[in-house]
Amino acid sequence: MQQFEVLVVGGGGAGLRAAIAAAETAPEGRIALLSKVYPMRSHTVAAEGGAAAVTRADDSYAAHFADTVAGGDWLAEQGVVDYFVKQAYQELVQMEHWGCPWSRQANGDVQVRRFGGMKTERTWFAADKTGFHMLHTLFQTSLKHSNIQRFDEFFVVDLLVNDGEINGVLALEISTGELHAIQAKTVIMATGGAGRVFRFNTNGGIVTGDGMAMAYRHGVALRDMEFVQYHPTGLPGSGILITEASRGEGGVLVNKDGYRYLQDYGLGPETPLGKPENKYMELGPRDKLSQAFWQEQQRGRTGNYNGSDVVYLDLRHLGKDYLYERLPFICDLAKSYVNIDPVTQLIPIRPAVHYTMGGIETNAQTATSIRGLYAVGECASVGLHGANRLGSNSLTELLVFGRLAGEEAMRHARTSAPEMDQTKSAQTLRQWQQKLQTLTASKASGVTWVQLKRELVQTMEDGCGIYRTESGLQASLAKVRQLKQQYQQVQVGDTSRAYNTDLLQCLELEFCLDVAEAIVLASLERRESRGAHQRLDEGMTARNDQDFLRHSQVFFQSQADATLTWQAVDTSLSTPGERAYGAQGQQSEAR
Amino acid sequence: MHKEIQIKRYLPEEHAEPFWQTFRVPYDETTSVLGALNYIKEELDSTVSFRWSCRMAICGSCGYMVNGIPKLGCKDFVRNYPAALRIEPLAHFTVERDLMVAMDEFLQHLEAVKPYLIAEPSEPHKPHRQTPAQLAKYKQFANCINCGLCYAACPQFGLNPEFVGPGAIALAHRYNLDSRDQGKAKRMPVLNTHDGVWSCTFVGFCSDVCPKGVDPAAAVNQGKVESAKSMLIQMFRGGA
Repeated sequence: MQQFEVLVVGGGGAGLRAAIAAAETAPEGRIALLSKVYPMRSHTVAAEGGAAAVTRADDSYAAHFADTVAGGDWLAEQGVVDYFVKQAYQELVQMEHWGCPWSRQANGDVQVRRFGGMKTERTWFAADKTGFHMLHTLFQTSLKHSNIQRFDEFFVVDLLVNDGEINGVLALEISTGELHAIQAKTVIMATGGAGRVFRFNTNGGIVTGDGMAMAYRHGVALRDMEFVQYHPTGLPGSGILITEASRGEGGVLVNKDGYRYLQDYGLGPETPLGKPENKYMELGPRDKLSQAFWQEQQRGRTGNYNGSDVVYLDLRHLGKDYLYERLPFICDLAKSYVNIDPVTQLIPIRPAVHYTMGGIETNAQTATSIRGLYAVGECASVGLHGANRLGSNSLTELLVFGRLAGEEAMRHARTSAPEMDQTKSAQTLRQWQQKLQTLTASKASGVTWVQLKRELVQTMEDGCGIYRTESGLQASLAKVRQLKQQYQQVQVGDTSRAYNTDLLQCLELEFCLDVAEAIVLASLERRESRGAHQRLDEGMTARNDQDFLRHSQVFFQSQADATLTWQAVDTSLSTPGERAYGAQGQQSEAR
Repeated sequence: MHKEIQIKRYLPEEHAEPFWQTFRVPYDETTSVLGALNYIKEELDSTVSFRWSCRMAICGSCGYMVNGIPKLGCKDFVRNYPAALRIEPLAHFTVERDLMVAMDEFLQHLEAVKPYLIAEPSEPHKPHRQTPAQLAKYKQFANCINCGLCYAACPQFGLNPEFVGPGAIALAHRYNLDSRDQGKAKRMPVLNTHDGVWSCTFVGFCSDVCPKGVDPAAAVNQGKVESAKSMLIQMFRGGA
């Protein structure tokens, strides 16, 4: 197979945007796009609410910056946030020029909606299927570029690295079971998050942390992995996402007594029904809302739906016409999956794991510590989200940093001549062939990935949830390490080569186990409460800038436990201050 | 509650021919067909193969024939089938293994209609204006999730795999109707051919099975009107 200049792993929003940018940077450049699923199946498709960018005359970069930095509890890289807010608008305009069907005002201008933690309406949307429309727009636009060679259903299992420099990837062709060593001067990881490490989540089955684990195994740090976002509104049972835009459009949350409980948790005073106010009540940030659910649960004020503790999302006052215009998908999902008509009934909801703020550490230009290896999107930690991501920043992130990664990688490819170590690549290929043969050698008799996965997702939920304790985390860490040991004996039942989805899920679990160890270790070592990471232990329930205004970095150790170090945070533009919402937020802003 | 579920298996590395296999699966009111398949894979037989991901009817991975009708496995429920429940791969596609079919032909048809905005460069820093009414003209056709159910429903695609097919024609129509687009003349030649809109005999089953209300049959038939117009224009210009 030929050598590529830029090889993108992952066909979601970030990967497609990067591939298009690389193709535009060098129209004759050789670009490969590998994805374990057809690109339009990627999980970007499930994003609902919208994409943020300063748009209105009464908004400013400074305001979007301030919301993002405070929303991330001052753990964001401020230079990165500054770049992001300034590039955001142009990227959304670019999507418009590519045909994205953004929702409009009567005069034909793009419409923006409210979103949690955002001071001004700045979220562009395409009804409540924004991710779907963005993904399809990007996929279809990518078809214009004949120099983007797609490898659909190629499952990348490893990176080819030679002396700190990328050489390409090792990919399993799903339709044949064949392994390919594919050479590339640069590789962009755009593999998405790791929400499937947890039992109850909003994520598709494919969101298994593959890219994070691959880079990590080659020595790149996983940064800020303790920050896992629970989305406050998932459907009970399935975890299916009910968009934050439901609240942006005026939906409210009530407990089993019909009481708008968020006013008890620093988000009030209560805003009148049908008059949502930015950064108050239901328009607080996701971490605070999910934590409020947990508090209500402790107080016995949650309801019950088929065995799950729930609170309720009330959209009834918005009326049928408005709901069908702004939230048609939500109406459909509620009807299909909990048999509820939001026009007349309350939707039962509860928090569900949604997003990994941390990921593969990159610099502000999306480059990792391996020369020629880049990372972008949810799999990456470029430093945008800090300790808690604001809704609608991540779809824009895919575009802003996807474009940057594509341009940077192509530029690097054109100015460098990495030494390709064929012998080493062949050796990696042989090791993996051996490994896959061993896994599929005989029908499973002992440990299966199914058993291990169940234990993993359970221990992550038990010990590493919305609120965490030293003992719970210790237990989870021990359990994850034990499961990693047990994985060494795992066998898959399917011995065939072509379309062996049993084997794929088994390999995905191995990625999950490595990522899980990093999440739990970082959660254990961060002995403070910040953003989405909340500790119940004495002396750890508040933010502690003195000791923990730092990024965690977890490093993989072959045949040993992972290790952790700390890294300074860029706070050059905004001094860490009090993070408050509702009336308190108003007061602290006035000061 | 338990349900007998039959799956049409095809394991080309072991058996030359497809065969039926029956599984007994527990279910409740909330169990989707996809949920039942995942139960089978995790508990009964890990070799059963099928595609899925989002389990919320938006990624388009899990199209199967359920009792002979194309369905999304995640949006179809075991409770809907009081009697037998038989799952097969999507009709009219080449079966690769079990419920997995080749999607390449479908993607080739999709690419052939140039499904992207074709327009003169516009002001680089400014969005186009598009009123809600202009958006409404094409929005429905932009909701296609590429699941392929309409192809499995289309008797013409079954007879002639060269037929561009309902999904791709709906997408061409989506861009043709977009007020920002100027590429209709580039798309019509594909639709004008025998394998384009004229292959359709207006059975309309494609729209019945569409899980997203796209109504590809309407797109195909509006496409016929456009095609007739564009061919007439070609004729008068002496181009045909």
